[in-house]
Amino acid sequence: MNPIVRAVDVVKTFGEVKALDGVTLEFEPGIIYGLLGPNGAGKTTLIRVLTTLLKPDSGEAWVAGVDAVHHAAEARTHLGLAGQFAAVDDYQTGRENVVMVARLYDLGAREAARRADEVLEAIHLTDAADRPVRTYSGGMRRRLDLAASMVGRPEVLFLDEPTTGIDPRSRIDIWDLIRDLVAGGTTILLTTQYLDEADQLAARIGVIDQGRLIGEGTPEELKDRLGGAFLEMAIDEADRPRGMEILGALEGEEPVFEPATKRISVPAQRGSGTLVQAVRRLDEAGVTFEDVTLRKPTLDDVFLSLTGRAAEEETAAAGADGGGRRRGRRSR
Amino acid sequence: MTTTGRSSSRVGLAHAAKDTWVITRRNLLRNVRLPQLLIFATVQPVMFLLLFNYVFGGAIGTSIPAAAGGKYLNWLVPGLLIQVAAFGAGQTALGLTEDLSKGVIERFRSLPMARSAVLAGRTLSDLVRNGFVITLMMAVGYLIGFRWQTSFVGLVAGMLVAMVFAYALSWVMAAIGLAVKNPEAAQSAVFLPVFPMVFASSVFVPVETMPSWLAAFAENQPITVTVNALRGLMLGGDALPPGDSVAGTVLLSLAWSAGILAVFAPLAVRMYRRAVS
Ligand SMILES: Nc1ncnc2c1ncn2[C@@H]1O[C@H](COP(=O)(O)OP(=O)(O)OP(=O)(O)O)[C@@H](O)[C@H]1O
Ligand SMILES: [Mg+2]
Repeated sequence: MNPIVRAVDVVKTFGEVKALDGVTLEFEPGIIYGLLGPNGAGKTTLIRVLTTLLKPDSGEAWVAGVDAVHHAAEARTHLGLAGQFAAVDDYQTGRENVVMVARLYDLGAREAARRADEVLEAIHLTDAADRPVRTYSGGMRRRLDLAASMVGRPEVLFLDEPTTGIDPRSRIDIWDLIRDLVAGGTTILLTTQYLDEADQLAARIGVIDQGRLIGEGTPEELKDRLGGAFLEMAIDEADRPRGMEILGALEGEEPVFEPATKRISVPAQRGSGTLVQAVRRLDEAGVTFEDVTLRKPTLDDVFLSLTGRAAEEETAAAGADGGGRRRGRRSR
Repeated sequence: MTTTGRSSSRVGLAHAAKDTWVITRRNLLRNVRLPQLLIFATVQPVMFLLLFNYVFGGAIGTSIPAAAGGKYLNWLVPGLLIQVAAFGAGQTALGLTEDLSKGVIERFRSLPMARSAVLAGRTLSDLVRNGFVITLMMAVGYLIGFRWQTSFVGLVAGMLVAMVFAYALSWVMAAIGLAVKNPEAAQSAVFLPVFPMVFASSVFVPVETMPSWLAAFAENQPITVTVNALRGLMLGGDALPPGDSVAGTVLLSLAWSAGILAVFAPLAVRMYRRAVS
């Protein structure tokens, strides 16, 4: 099957910053493709190139078989975009916002109103539809923005961090909505900083860092690389070298010390089995440790496994600021 | 990008007109939903009208041409209409920068809509708004004693000339807004050119009373030309500097508006295309 989205060796620089450094990716219609990467990785820039907002310095961008660089106007008839920050009018009602976008997709007045009702219903905003958006919560605005992006029934929907800054329950609502859309035949490219989100939704995941695609695969493939879980704990400075040695011997995986949080983490293939063994051995050696947890792999771990270094930004800082500058590397 | 846009069958003229209407409507809705915007936009010029008339009227009254019928107010109102038009045009920059900073423009640019519609809709809605404020000024002026000395047709023609000029200035402000990009900066950026242009003109006082170097500038700049055109249309030829004709001044003002449009509309459109990349 022909790819519905295709980027070929896309390069985009802003002054000194190489936002995209030769990204090539493609995927087939009818799936959710998750683009995973830390702050400043180039996710938004790639979306802006694919949605015709930005001309790349070089490379090709194709959407629904249309050259998005040279035939932007035509490409726009096939795509929908919900940007990283909700772009809705405060003084219009939710319904008016969506109808306006529908009209700009060239739907007739009646059809626009009908479609607006449909998407507002789907996104659970019917009750609030006739209130001015200025009375909406952040999550509602975000949902309204999603409603607007899909009202024109685009074949390909680009969602830039659709759940950043959304409470856990609304997040699940949005996930459901995204799944419904795909079941209805829409193809979706979404960006996220959360591995679990990509894992939950995407049929395929591309990992992007410093403007390069550094890994690609199904969630299973990525997780297989990572093994199951990670063991994390704090060890007093005096005992730390000995503790690290013991942890390293468990499964032959190098433990990582995180200076910022003063925690040590190490892959734990056998989950709680590894945990029990670690605790026993540390105890026998008389190493003082505390706060032991078994956790799922995070974006950081993916990075570690793909690049041999940590992600450059805390994923926890997600959404705090949009395209912020990069902070210094985390040491390991 | 736009060449392919135009040649694509979807993006015809009718399509562009419909998109422009959708955007115009959306912008106008803001004035209705946030009436305080419109109220402040009207209170300020009305305050100017009252202040200038009652504070300076007595002192300035003696030096104005006889065509004003002996009343400073008659002289002042046509001038203030242009001042209102100039200040009101600043709203174009503010509205655009607000849309830019909220990401609304980015959304518009991702939609299969006519590229021209955002700027056309913005300037058109500001024209409607300016028309409203100008009409209101006229009404307040009439209430406190303004009387046109020619005909009602002259009055309406004067208001139309004012609106054409306001529309042209909107495009200047659009370019300024697109250059500074953020709403706070736009606030001050629009007043920078407008203040000296308005005060170094015949809006408040006849330019002959200014020092000669300033008068030379004031006489020939578009605000003075347009104010004079309005005075000619509303008060008669005697209100103009000696040797100027009403028709000539009106044509000169319209030529200024056309010239400003010819320079700034394409400039703003080009800046718009680049604004978000
Ligand atoms: N308009 C711009 N001007 C200058 N630099 C830019 C611009 N847009 C992006 N950049 C830079 O390009 C790099 C990639 O930015 P981009 O917004 O694509 O990252 P992102 O992956 O979306 O990050 P985030 O998770 O923070 O949204 C960053 O270093 C950013 O500072
Ligand atoms: Mg981003």
